[in-house]
Amino acid sequence: MILAVVIPAVVLQMSCVAALLAIAAIALALSRSRRATAVVYGATLTICVAALFGSLRWLVGEMANFPANSSDVILPIGLPWLGAHFRLDALAAFFLVVVNLGGAAASLYGLGYGHHDPAPHRVLPFFPAFLAGMNLVVLADDAFSYLLCWEFMSLVSWALVMAHHREAGNARAGYVYLVMASFGTLALLLAFGLLAGPAGDYGFAAIRAAQHTPYVATLVLILMLLGAGSKAGLVPLHVWLPLAHPAAPSHVSALMSGVMTKVAIYGFIRVVFDLLGQPSWSASVIVLFLGGITAVMGILYAMMEQDLKRLLAYSTIENVGIIFVSLGLALAFQANGLKLPAALAFTAALFHVLNHSFFKSLLFFGAGAVLTATGERDMDKLGGLIHRMPLTSFVFLVGCVAISALPPFNGFVSEWLIFQAVLQSPQLPQWALKIMVPAVGALLALAAALAAACFVKAFGITFLGRPRSEAAETADEVDKYSLSAMFILAALCLLAGILPGPVIDALSPVTTEILGGRMPIQANEPWLSIVPIAESRSSYNGLLVLVFITISASLAVYFIHRFASHALRRGPAWGCGFSDPTPAAQYSGASFAQPIRRVFGTLVFRARDHVEMPAPGDIRPAHLRIELHDLVWEGIYAPLANAVGFSAGLLNRLQFLTIRRYLSLVFATLVTLLLVLAIWS
Amino acid sequence: MVVMSDILVQGVQMLLVLLLAPLLTGFVRKIKARLVRRQGASVFQPYRDLLRLLRKEVVLADNASWLFRVTPYITFAAIWVAAALVPTFATGLLFNWTADLIAIVALLGSARFFLALAGMDVGTSFGGIGSSREVMIAALAEPAMLLIVFCMALVAGSTQLSTVANFMASSYVGLRVSLGMALVALVMVALAENGRIPVDNPATHLELTMVHEAMVLEYSGRHLAMIEFGAFLKLLLYISLIGCVFFPWKIGLSGAGPLSYAVGAGIYILKLAVAGFLLALFETATAKMRVFRVPQFLGAALMLGLLGTLLLFVSRSF
Repeated sequence: MILAVVIPAVVLQMSCVAALLAIAAIALALSRSRRATAVVYGATLTICVAALFGSLRWLVGEMANFPANSSDVILPIGLPWLGAHFRLDALAAFFLVVVNLGGAAASLYGLGYGHHDPAPHRVLPFFPAFLAGMNLVVLADDAFSYLLCWEFMSLVSWALVMAHHREAGNARAGYVYLVMASFGTLALLLAFGLLAGPAGDYGFAAIRAAQHTPYVATLVLILMLLGAGSKAGLVPLHVWLPLAHPAAPSHVSALMSGVMTKVAIYGFIRVVFDLLGQPSWSASVIVLFLGGITAVMGILYAMMEQDLKRLLAYSTIENVGIIFVSLGLALAFQANGLKLPAALAFTAALFHVLNHSFFKSLLFFGAGAVLTATGERDMDKLGGLIHRMPLTSFVFLVGCVAISALPPFNGFVSEWLIFQAVLQSPQLPQWALKIMVPAVGALLALAAALAAACFVKAFGITFLGRPRSEAAETADEVDKYSLSAMFILAALCLLAGILPGPVIDALSPVTTEILGGRMPIQANEPWLSIVPIAESRSSYNGLLVLVFITISASLAVYFIHRFASHALRRGPAWGCGFSDPTPAAQYSGASFAQPIRRVFGTLVFRARDHVEMPAPGDIRPAHLRIELHDLVWEGIYAPLANAVGFSAGLLNRLQFLTIRRYLSLVFATLVTLLLVLAIWS
Repeated sequence: MVVMSDILVQGVQMLLVLLLAPLLTGFVRKIKARLVRRQGASVFQPYRDLLRLLRKEVVLADNASWLFRVTPYITFAAIWVAAALVPTFATGLLFNWTADLIAIVALLGSARFFLALAGMDVGTSFGGIGSSREVMIAALAEPAMLLIVFCMALVAGSTQLSTVANFMASSYVGLRVSLGMALVALVMVALAENGRIPVDNPATHLELTMVHEAMVLEYSGRHLAMIEFGAFLKLLLYISLIGCVFFPWKIGLSGAGPLSYAVGAGIYILKLAVAGFLLALFETATAKMRVFRVPQFLGAALMLGLLGTLLLFVSRSF
C-alpha cells in the first residue's frame, strides 16, 4: 500500500512566503557582512523561482481543467474568532506568477546590482520581506489578513524607498508615500467594513455569499478606486508614485512599478469583480473615465520629465490607466451579460498586467544599469551610451519598443486586444457607454502614440547622440547578472508578443472563475494566430509578422549587398556649415518634448516658454525658461496641505497650557461626554 | 494546388507594390510639374534615383551607431510587410489574416519609431527637430486613424481588410454620410502620415519647417535609397487602403480566377493614377501650413472620425 501525502498548493506557496520571511531574518543578522548580498539575493531567487513554478503549474495544470477549484488553508493567528484564511484560486495564481516572476528577475539583477549599493544593510532585510508581503496580499482570503498584509507590504516598501534617505528629495518622497499609503488603507478599511456589514463576517467567502445593496456596492467601488487606485497610481491619486518609485534602488523600483501596482490592481479585481457580485453598468463609466484620463495624463507627465527613472514611473501611471480602461470595459460588458466581450476585455487587462511587469522591470533595470555606469539619472547629462554599453542599450531598446505597443512585441498584443474589446461596444445597450467607449478608445490610441514619442525621447536622449557629460563618455557595460536578468525579460517580451495564444489560454481559468465566460480556445487556431471573436472579424499573428519582417529585411539586405555599392566613408556629421560646438547644444529632452508641450502642455500643464533675447549687439546669453504647472498638485494637494498646516498651527497652542487649564479641559470633556451619553439614551 | 496559387497571388502582390511604388511617386511629380507648366522629370525618374543612390558610397557620421545602419532595412521591411497585407487588386490573400488594419497601422508605427530614433542618433539639431515633430504628428494622427478604423468596423463588422473590402464591394452598402466623413478623415491622415502638403513638403531640403526630410538628413547612398523606397511604398499603401475600403470597384474577390485578377490589377493601376492625379492637383492648389497648425488639421480629422462613428450609432442607415 502506498501512502500518498498530497500537500495542498496553497501550503506550498505559504511555505515559500515563510522562507522569504526567514531570509529577511537571516539578512538582518548577516547584513553587514560582505557576503550578505550574494546570499540574500541568491536565496530569494531560488524561492521566487520555486513559487513561480508552483503557481504556474497550478494555473496551467490544475486550473485549466477545474477552474472553480481552489486550495485553502486557515492559520490559527489573527482575529481569534476568524483565524487567518489564505486561498489559492485562479486569480491569485495568476498574480502570484506576476509577483514571483518580477521577484525572481529583480533578485537575479540584485546579485550584480546589489554590490554597488553603498548601504546594503538598508535594503537586504526588506527586499525578501517586500516580496513576502506581496505574496501574502494575493493569498489572503479574509479582510483582516488582507489589510494586515497590505499594510506590511506598504511599510516594507516605504523602508526600501527610504534606503538612501540622505539623498536629496528621498525623505520627502518617503513622507508623501507614507501619507498616501495610510490614506489608501483607510479607504480599504472602510470598504471592507461596508462589505462585511453589521454582522461583521470578514471572511471573503462570507462577503462573496452576501447580497450587497446598490448603494453599498457603489460606495465600495469608490472606496476601492481610492484605496487600490492610490496604490496603483490612478490620477489624481498618483502624486506619490513618481516620487517614491525612483527613490528606491533600481531593482526595487522595478518591483514597485512592475509588481506592486499589479498587487493593487489585484485588490481592485478581487473586490469589485469577485466579492461585489454582479456589477452595475454605471460603475464602469467611472472606471473607464478615470482609466482614460490616467493613461493620457500619465504619459504626458512622462513626456515632460528629464529624470529617466521618474519618466518610467510616470509611464507606469499610463499603463495602469490602460489596465483600468480594460477593466472598465469588462465591467460594462459583464453588467450587460455579454460574456464573450467581457472575457475579451478582462483577458486583455490581465495580459497587459503581465506585459507591463515584463517591460517595466526591464526598463527600470536598464535605468539602474545606466545609473551604475554613469551615476546619472538626468537624461540631459547622458547620451551616446549605445557605443559604451551596447548590450544594455539593445535590451533597453527592446523594452522601449515593447512598451510603445509596436508589433511584434508583447505590448502591442495586449493593446490590440483592448482595441478589439473597444470595437465590441456597439453591443452595449446604454447610450452613455456607446458614446463613451469610442472616445476612450481614441484616448487610448493617443496614449499609445504619445508613449511611442516618450520612449523615442527616453532612448534617443539617453543612448543616442553624443555624450553630454564626462560620466557618459567613460561609462562601461554592467555586470553579467544584471545583463542576464535584462536579457531574460527582453526574451519574454518577444515571446509573449509572438506567441500570445498560449498566454490567452493560460488566462482562461481566471476569466472563467471571475466572469463565468472565456475567450475561444486559441490553441485550436491555425498557424498560432490569435482570434478574439471570429476570424472574419479580426485576427493577428505576431509570429508571422516577425517572420515576414525578418524575411523581407533579409531580402533587402541580400539584394543591397549583392548589387549595391559597398563603399562606406566615415566623416563628421553635416551641420549645414555650422557644426555644433559642444554636445550640450544637441537636442535635449526638453527640446524634444517642445512640440508636444506646445500642443498638449498649454492646456494640461499651463506650459509657457519665456524667451529672454538680448538686444542685437548685446553679448549677454539668451535665456529660455519653461514654466510648467502640476495642476493636480497645485489644485488638490497644496491647498489640502495648507489647510492641515493651518489647523495644526491653531491646535499647537494646546501644547503650552498650564496644568490647571489641562485639568479644566479634561473636566469639560468628561462632562460633555456624559451629557452626550445622557441625551443619546 | 489552391495553396500554390494563393502563394503565387501573394507573391505577385508583394512584387507589384514594390514595382509600382516608385512609378506612382514619379507620376505624382510629373503631374505636379505639368500643372505648374514645367516639363518635369520622366515618370521613371524615381527608379533612376534609387539606382543612382545604390551606386553611391555611404557617408556615415563619425558617431553613428549600429542602430543608424540597421534602421533603413527595418523601416523598409516593416512598410513592405504592411503594404503586402493591404488588398490591392484582390482580396483574400494568403496572409491577409496575419494582421488586421490596427496591426498594419502599428507596423507603420514601428517603422516611424526606428526612423525617429535614427534621426537622433548622430546628435545634430536637424535630426532632433525632424524626429520631435514627426512623433508629434504621429501622436495626433493615430487617434484619428483609430476612429476611422472604428467607423469602418462598425459598418463592415470587421477590422480585417479583406472582409471590409468584400463587404464594401457588395451592393447593399450604398452611400453613407458617415463613410464619407471617414473617407475625408482618412485622406487627411494619409496626407499627414506621408508628409505631403499641407503638413510637410516632400520636395524641400534645408527649410526649418520640414519634418521627414530633416529626420533623414544624415542618410546617404544605399541607406537613403532604402528610406526613399520605404516612403514610396507608404504612399502606395495609403492609396491602396483608401482604394480597397472606399472604392473596391472590380477588386478581385478571393478565388475568382486569373481573369478577374487581371481585370482587378488593371483597374487598380487606374485607381492609383486617379489618386495620384488628385494628390498632385491638391498639392499644387494648397500651400504648406505652419507646423503648429497641424494639430488643428488633424484635430479636424479626429472630429470627422468621431462624428462618423456617432452618426452610425444614431442611425444604422447613415
